Amino acid sequence: MAQTTLPPRKADQLEGQAATAELEKSAERAASRRGMFMAAPGFVYLFLFFALPLLIVFVYSFANRSPTGRTILANWNLDSYQRLLDPFVVQIAWRSFVLAAGATAICLLVGYPFAYFIATRSPKVRAALLVLVMIPFWSNFLVRTYAWRMLLGSGGPVSQVTEFLGLGETRLLFTTTAVMIGLVYGYLPFMILPLYASIERVDFSLVEASRDLYASGWQAFRRVTWPLTRPGVVAGSILVFIPSFGAYVTPEILGGSRTTMLGSYIVRQFLQARDWPFGSSLSFVIMLAMLGAAFVYFRVGGKTL
Amino acid sequence: MSQTAAQPASTTPAVELVGIVKRFDEVTAVDDVNLAIADGEFFSLLGPSGCGKTTTLRMIAGLEFPTEGSIRLHGHEMALRPPNKRPVNTVFQSYALFPHMSVAQNVAFGLQMQKVAKSELDDRVAESLKLVQLTGMEKRKPKQLSGGQQQRVALARALVNHPQVLLLDEPLGALDLKLRKAMQLELKELQQRVGITFVYVTHDQEEALTMSDRIGVMSEGKLLQVGTPEEIYEQPRTRMVADFIGETNFLPATHAGTGRVRLVNGEEIDAPIDGVAGQELTLTVRPEKMAVVATEVPPDPGVNAIEGIVHRRVYLGNALTYEVDVAGDVRLHVRHENAPGQQRFDTGDRVRVCWDPSATAVLEA
Amino acid sequence: MSATRDVVRPTGNARRALSANAWLVFAFFYAPIILLVIFSFNDNRFVGVWGGGSLRWYREMFANRPVLNSLQNSLIVAFASTIVSTVLGTFTALALERFRFRGRGAFDGLVYLPVIIPDVTMAVMMLLFFARASSLLYGTMGATFGLGIGTITLSHIAFNISFVAIVVRARLAGMDPSLEEAAADLYAGRWEAFRRVTLPLIMPGILGGALLALTLSLDEVVITSFVSGPGSTTLPVYVFGLVRRGVTPLINAVSTVMLMASMLLVLFSLLVQRRSQ
Repeated sequence: MAQTTLPPRKADQLEGQAATAELEKSAERAASRRGMFMAAPGFVYLFLFFALPLLIVFVYSFANRSPTGRTILANWNLDSYQRLLDPFVVQIAWRSFVLAAGATAICLLVGYPFAYFIATRSPKVRAALLVLVMIPFWSNFLVRTYAWRMLLGSGGPVSQVTEFLGLGETRLLFTTTAVMIGLVYGYLPFMILPLYASIERVDFSLVEASRDLYASGWQAFRRVTWPLTRPGVVAGSILVFIPSFGAYVTPEILGGSRTTMLGSYIVRQFLQARDWPFGSSLSFVIMLAMLGAAFVYFRVGGKTL
Repeated sequence: MSQTAAQPASTTPAVELVGIVKRFDEVTAVDDVNLAIADGEFFSLLGPSGCGKTTTLRMIAGLEFPTEGSIRLHGHEMALRPPNKRPVNTVFQSYALFPHMSVAQNVAFGLQMQKVAKSELDDRVAESLKLVQLTGMEKRKPKQLSGGQQQRVALARALVNHPQVLLLDEPLGALDLKLRKAMQLELKELQQRVGITFVYVTHDQEEALTMSDRIGVMSEGKLLQVGTPEEIYEQPRTRMVADFIGETNFLPATHAGTGRVRLVNGEEIDAPIDGVAGQELTLTVRPEKMAVVATEVPPDPGVNAIEGIVHRRVYLGNALTYEVDVAGDVRLHVRHENAPGQQRFDTGDRVRVCWDPSATAVLEA
Repeated sequence: MSATRDVVRPTGNARRALSANAWLVFAFFYAPIILLVIFSFNDNRFVGVWGGGSLRWYREMFANRPVLNSLQNSLIVAFASTIVSTVLGTFTALALERFRFRGRGAFDGLVYLPVIIPDVTMAVMMLLFFARASSLLYGTMGATFGLGIGTITLSHIAFNISFVAIVVRARLAGMDPSLEEAAADLYAGRWEAFRRVTLPLIMPGILGGALLALTLSLDEVVITSFVSGPGSTTLPVYVFGLVRRGVTPLINAVSTVMLMASMLLVLFSLLVQRRSQ
C-alpha cells in the first residue's frame, strides 16, 4: 500500500517555487520527523519500561548469588547458564515441552473439526456460534482454571460422576493430566479463532472444482481445503504452544510437585530459592525460545493476529 | 456561468505543467511532461495502465509531490503547495466518500473546511445536489447508495467548492456499460453547463474520444501527443498512439521522394510527405478510410491501390471487415459500411485495396 | 466464494461426527463454568457436596475486607492502565502505519515483543527493574518508592500499549487511504483531516483496543503478583492466593462475580461493534 506523501507544512514558505529533487527530499525528511514525533511517547515508554527491564534481566543472569540469597552484581560468570544444562532443569524443560506440545495437538485435533463446523454453517448461525466461543475466551483465565480445580478434586463433581458410573473414584488433581486439561481448556479458543479465520477465507469454488473433477468429499478436504488452511493451523498451534510452554497459573493450580513446569520453576527461584541470577537466565532463555517460535509463526502463519 | 468549451475565456492556461518529472526510487513514473490546458476545456489524459496519467493527475491535485518541474494554475505556481491549499478538487476512482457521514455532510465537507457561513453552505449544498440530480438523498449514508449515485455524490462534493479545475480519476470505471455511456454524456453536458476546466484520466479511448475537447496520450511516463480527438485519430504521431486509439493498419515503407513512398515489394504509392528520400517509415491508415474493389475496376487517378488476396470476411452487423493480405506479409483490415447493393468478396478473391493518400499518417519507423 | 457452503458440508457419518464434536466442545467450554456458578450458591462448605441453595457466600464476599480491597485495586489499576495505554498505543499505531521514518522497523519489532514474551519473563523483568530503580533512587535522593499500585499500573501499561497498537493498526490498515486524500483535497488541514475523517473511522478500533487492555489488566496474575506489595494485591492475585490454600464456595462466589463482569464486557463490546456498523 503506497504511502501518501503530503507535502510538508514548510512548503508553504516555498510557495511559488517549482519542484526540484532536493526539495522532494526535504519534504520526505519533514514527514519522517513527524513520524518520529508521533512514535516518541510510545517508544520512550517501551524503552524505559520494557527494553531496559529486559536488559537488566540479561545483566542479572551473569551475576552471583550470595549464600543468604542476595544478588551480587560482581564477578560476572556463566554459572547460571551452565545450570540450565542440569538434568533436573532439562527434565522440567522437557516436561513443559511435552505438555505444551500435547496440549497443542489436542487443541488441533478437537479444534479443527469444530472450526470447520462453524465455518460451514449459515452466516447467522456462524455469528451466533462465534459469540458463544468468545464468551469463555474473554472470561477471566484464573476463574476458568479454578473451575477445573473445583471439578477435579477428590470428592468433586467429576469424581462423583465417575463413581456414579461405576468407574470408581478419580483422583485427577495434581497430575499431568489435570494440567493438560487445564491448558487445553484455557487455550482452545486461541486455536479455534485463527483456524476459523483461515477456513472461512478458503475459496470454496476451488473445492467445487475438485468435486467436479471426481474427488470425493474426503479427498477434496485432504487435497484442497487442508493445505489451504495450513497457515491457520500454524498460527493456532503457535498461539497455543507459546503460552502453554511458559504457563504458570495452570500448573500451579492444577498440578502438583511432580508436575513442575518451567513457569513455576522460574517463579520459585525468586520467591523461595532466592536465586535471582539463575531465575534471570531461565527467564531470558525461555523468552528466546518463544521468540524463535514466534518467528516461525510470522514466517509461515502470516500476520493473522 | 456557462461558456462553450471551444473558446478559452482567457489566454492564461488553466493548468500548465512544465518539465514535470516524478521518480519513485528507481522508477520514473512521469518523464518530462509539458502540457497546457486551456480554461474551460475538457481535457483527457489517455493511456494504458501504468503510463503515469494518474500520477500526473495527482501531482496537479497536490497528492503527489513532483520530483522536478513546475505546476501552474492560472499562472500561479503550485508545485509545492499542499493539496488543501489548491483551488482544485478531485473525483476519486473509488469515490472516497466518507462512510461515517451522510450525503449532505459529505458534500458540505469542503465548504466547512473553508469556513463558509452556514446559510450559504446549505444553499450551495442543495444547489450542488440538484445539479447531479440527487435532491432528496441528503440524509442517506454512502453505503445505502448505488454505484452511480455514489459517483454523483463524489461529483457534487467536488463541484460545490467551485474549483478552478476539476480532476477526475477514471470515475466511470466501476459502472456497468450502459450506465457508463449515460454518465459520459451527462458529465460532458455538466462540464459545458458549469464551464469549469475538467482534467479527466481514463484508459478507455472511446470515452476520451467522445467526451474530450483535447486529449493527451501517455505511455510509460511520456506524453506522446496532445491534440483534439480528430487530430489524435486522423494524424497520430507515433505508432503507439495510432495503435492505442481505434483500429489501424501499418504499412512499412521507404521514403522515395516528395509525395512518394516505396513499399516492401517495390511498389510506389502516394503519401503526404516531403523531404529527404531513403528514410524508413511506417504508414498508417484507418480501416474505414480504405476500400476493397475488384481487380477489374480501374483505380481512380490519385488514389492508392495495391493488390492483395482476401483472407477473411467478418460480418459485424452494421459493417463488414475484410482482412486482406498484401505484399510484405502485411494483413490489412478494411472496413465497409453494410450498405445495400455492395459487392461482397470471399476468401481467396484477388482484390485491390484503395485509399486516398491524404488519409495516410506517416510515422517514424 | 460460493453463496452456500453445501458442497463443503460433509454428509452422512462425517456430518454426524462433526456435529457431535461441536456439541462436545461447547459442553466442554460451558459445563465447568456453569457448575462453578451453581456451586457458588451451595450452602455446604464442601464444594463437592450439595447442601441446598443460599446466598451466604455472596454476603460473606461483600463483607470481606481483603476481597473488596483487592477489587478496588484491580479497578484502579485497570482503568488507569487502560487510559494511558490506549493513548500511547493509538499514537504508536498511527506512527507505524501512516509514516515512514528511520528506525521504524526496529520500533515495530519492539512493539510486538510484549505480546510474544512469556508473562513469567515479563514478571521477572519488572521486578528486577523496580528493584534496581528503587535502590538507585534511594541512593541518589534518599527516598524511594515501594512495590504497589503504581508499579502494577506501570507494568500493565507496558504490555497493553502493544495490544492496543495492534488492534488500532489493523483498523487503520483496513481504512481506505484515499479518504484522507479526499479530505486534504477538500481543504482540510492535517489536524482537521485527522479529527473529522481518520479518528471517527478508527474509533471502533480504539475502543476495541481499550476493551482488550481493560480485560487483560483485570485478568493478569503473574506479573501483578511479582510487582505488588502488601495491601496492594489485585483481585485475581488475591483469588490465586486463596485457591492455592484450598477450594471454598467463597471463591466460587467471587469467581461468579468476575465471570459476570467479563461477560458484560463482551456484550458491551459486541454492542459497540454493532453500532459502528
